[in-house]
Order: sequence, then structure tokens, then C-alpha cells
Amino acid sequence: MLELTGITAGYDRGRPVVRDMSLAVADGEALGLLGPSGCGKSTLARVAALLHTPWAGSVRLAGETVTGHRFRAPRHQRTAIGVVFQQPRLAADPRLRLRDLIAEPARATGRGRELADRAAALADAAGLGAELLRRRPHEVSDGQLQRACLARALLLRPRLLICDEMTAMLDASTTAALVALVEDYRKEQGAALLAVGHDRVLLGRWCDSVREWDGDGNPAGAELLTQE
Amino acid sequence: MTPLLSVRGLSVRFRMPHGRHVAAVSDVSFDLAAGECLALVGESGCGKSVLTGALLGLLPANAQTRGSAVLPPDDQHAAPVDLLTVGERALARTVRGRRIGLVPQSPAAHLTPVRTVRAHLGETVRALTGTRRDALPPAVAAAAERAAFPADHLGHHPHQLSGGLAQRAATALALVGDAPLLLADEPTTGLDRDLVDRTVAGLRRHADEGRGLLVITHDLAAAARIADRVAVMYAGRIVELADAAAFFGTPGPRHPYAAGLLAALPERDFTPIPGLPPELDALPGGCAFAPRCARADAACAARPPLDGGVACHHATAPEAADA
Repeated sequence: MLELTGITAGYDRGRPVVRDMSLAVADGEALGLLGPSGCGKSTLARVAALLHTPWAGSVRLAGETVTGHRFRAPRHQRTAIGVVFQQPRLAADPRLRLRDLIAEPARATGRGRELADRAAALADAAGLGAELLRRRPHEVSDGQLQRACLARALLLRPRLLICDEMTAMLDASTTAALVALVEDYRKEQGAALLAVGHDRVLLGRWCDSVREWDGDGNPAGAELLTQE
Repeated sequence: MTPLLSVRGLSVRFRMPHGRHVAAVSDVSFDLAAGECLALVGESGCGKSVLTGALLGLLPANAQTRGSAVLPPDDQHAAPVDLLTVGERALARTVRGRRIGLVPQSPAAHLTPVRTVRAHLGETVRALTGTRRDALPPAVAAAAERAAFPADHLGHHPHQLSGGLAQRAATALALVGDAPLLLADEPTTGLDRDLVDRTVAGLRRHADEGRGLLVITHDLAAAARIADRVAVMYAGRIVELADAAAFFGTPGPRHPYAAGLLAALPERDFTPIPGLPPELDALPGGCAFAPRCARADAACAARPPLDGGVACHHATAPEAADA
């Protein structure tokens, strides 16, 4: 589903954050990317999500080479990926009610009417009732907002879901609820998952395999922790 | 032994537009002794951080508080101080930083972005200890060292600090006034495991040196490593108050909510508690957890008191939580 080959990436003119990194996620596979803060795992996730242009290397999505990132990526490639970020408050437009937040990708792709039922079903699956859906981000808790952000990421039925520290700010019960929602979706759609985080136990329990990085932005050998 | 902090019947309500009220904290009581760490755990939005704000007088103007939160007499104060009634002037001059140190949530965001760590520490040292300007450099170096903040990073601005170093800078600031009581609000949120371990070990050391430590967190793994006692909050109330060893080990939590929270950990069952917590402006009349509780019955229509460390009529015996 996703193949990153020889990716080197960074910001401005600084030293690269990610150096010559390769990674592959098969169809339906759940891969965890584990590493300490600042090791470059979020940058790699942004490259994989087509949100950051790498300095070198190639990204292949469903067998097709990606030719541009961000708005230059073709729509069918952009919409094949759903992304959930660590801090929902930075990833949600503060002006939108949760209902509109979840439906944002449908409106952006001109499919608002077609996906209205799906948006409602996802909100329901995320445990967000009608009263919460009328509220704006500042009127709900982090956990409730992250539920909405996850529902938004699943709306267009992505074939690859990228979760960048999705649960780092959340309590144990909300974490388990969001992971269960992701896994229900993956079971239903056969989607692949790239989960980035620093919680070894969580990723080990959630993913098919976990790849660990050291603090230098490089893979720590070939250590793979596979779920029993 | 006289506790360092004695909280009785503390409630915080926020007045909202259209006559609404949000009951953020309801009838919370606990004691905290010197050398003890109490972890206050619960889901986001359960009122944990509002409780910290109430203790430090940092609530917004629409907050109404009830109850008491008393610091005992000490060398400088002949009478006990009730934090809820003492007033802003006394809090600013005698309590914040001097009797209670705060390690804030998101320390990097708490620091002033245009000032260096040295400038932050210098200002705090001068304000709290009256150190003269010419004696500041060694005092700042000593303050940094107490929280293991590296001296060669004192000239850095907050955005140049890693999460761990920002945490240590905030802890150094909290320790300047030698406050006997430390409040740490979500000290491990967003940190990776190594940093969590180091932060937890650093905070525990301060408790072992004789300070009282109130840690507010949703990170149960961190709470298990640092706390002597655990208070579980749900919808603004403490629903279980227990020794940490018994809570995280055997016999385990007794309240169904606490048991569900612990079972949700990935190292345990990894199953969420069904449903969402109630909205604090529309709390049910009886047990607030009843709508999510598999064992709810007619008796849950009455609000259970915190009796014997647990606020649930199901949990009379420790084994009940396992049933």
C-alpha cells in the first residue's frame, strides 16, 4: 500500500531530520513506528501523508509513484490517506461545529450530500451524540475532539490511515475507544495503518509489527517487535 | 501528624450564560501529608485541573467555590490558611511559590517565549528569596541544579528546549521558594517513555525529601510508579481513594469506573469503558457513572457517599470489582 524508499527530509536549511529511511506498509497491515521525541518519526509520517515534500527518496502509494506533495498531489492519492494528529486543538478549525468538522473532507471533495449518512454514522460510532455535534472545539474536551478528528479521517474511506501520536494526550479509556474504532474500520475496509508513537506497550498491542527508531533519526537496526 | 494540606468539601461551580452552571468539582475531600504523593487520576474533563486552579486561586472570575482547603500553621504563619477564602493578595505574597509550588501542564507553553531560562529563574529567585542582583548568578545556578537542569542550557529560550528540559526548567521554578507542597498538573503528558521515567523519578525524589506532592494525571502508568495513594475522579467527584499498591496491584480498584479505567490500559484488557462521561452542566441526580456501568441498578439513583474510600454501593468488598 505504502512504500517509502530512501527518504531524506528536513526543514529549511537545517540538517535532515530523517536520513535515507525506507519503510513499507502492505495492504491491510498495521505497522507501528516507535521512537523518542525528536527522532523524526512524525516527519516521516508527514512525508507518507503527502503533507511534506522530502529532499530525496520516493513515495509509492498503491503501486503508483507519488509525483507531488500537499496540493500538488493528485486528489485520488490525497483522499486515499486519512491522517489523525496528536493535538486535536491544532488540527480542528475552531470555527466549525463538530458536525461540520467531521463532514469537512466531504465538502472539500464536493461529496457532501452523498456522504451525509456516513458522516452521521461515523459520529455515532465515535460516541458523539447530537448535542456534542452542535458544539465547537472550545466547548468539548480533548478526547471528544479527537474522536471527531478520527471520524473526519475515516469519512472518505481511506485505504491507509496514518495516526501520529493520536492518543498521546488522552486517558486510557479514550485511547482504547479510539483504537477500537480504528480497528473496526480496518476490519470492515481492509485498510492499512501506520501508527506513530512512543508508547511501546500500546503499539505492541495495536499493530501487527512495530519498528523502532533510535534518537538519531535512524532505524535502530532491524528491531521488530511482533505481537504475540 | 498534621497534614500539609487538608481539603474538605471542596466544590467549584462555573456560572455560564443563560443561567447554566457547570459543576466542575463537587464535594472533594482529602489530606496530603509531608513526604507523601497523592495522584489524582481520571478522564480528561473530570475536573482535575480545576481543582489545582482552586487551590492556587487561579480560577476565572465566573467560578464559585465552597468548602475549605487549609494549610496548617508554620514558622511564618501562626494561624491556618484557608486557600479558598484568604484572598488574592495573601495568595500572591505568601502562598504561590512559597508554600505551594506548581509544575504546570505544557511547561514549554507556560514559560515566557522571549526570555531565557536564566531570566525566568533570576526573576523568580529575586521575587521569592529577595536575593540581591550581584548574588543572583550562583543562586540561579543552584536553583537549576536542584531540578537537574543543565547549566549550559540556562541561556536557551523555551522553544530551544526539548520537552524534558522544559519540564525540568518548570520544576526548577516551582522549587525556588522551597515550598513544602508541590502540585504537578499532567507532568508527563506528551513526553516519551524515557522522559516520563525521568520526570517521575525527579518528582518522586522531591516527595522523598519530605515535600507533599499532588500529581494530577491521566497517565495511570506514571501514577502507578510515583504515588503512595490514588484518588480517582469522575464527573467532578472523587469516587475512590486508595493506597496505590492495593489499587494497582492486589486487590485492585473497587469502584467500577476505576476498574474500567485500569482495564482500558493496553497492558491489561485494552477495552474502553462504554459511552462518554456526562456533561458537567447536566449531571444525573444519582451516581454519575451509572449510565455507563454494567452493574447499575435501582439503588444507583441515589448518589453514593465516599464511604470507606469508595463511592459505590456495589463495591463494599475489594473482591466486588473483580466480579
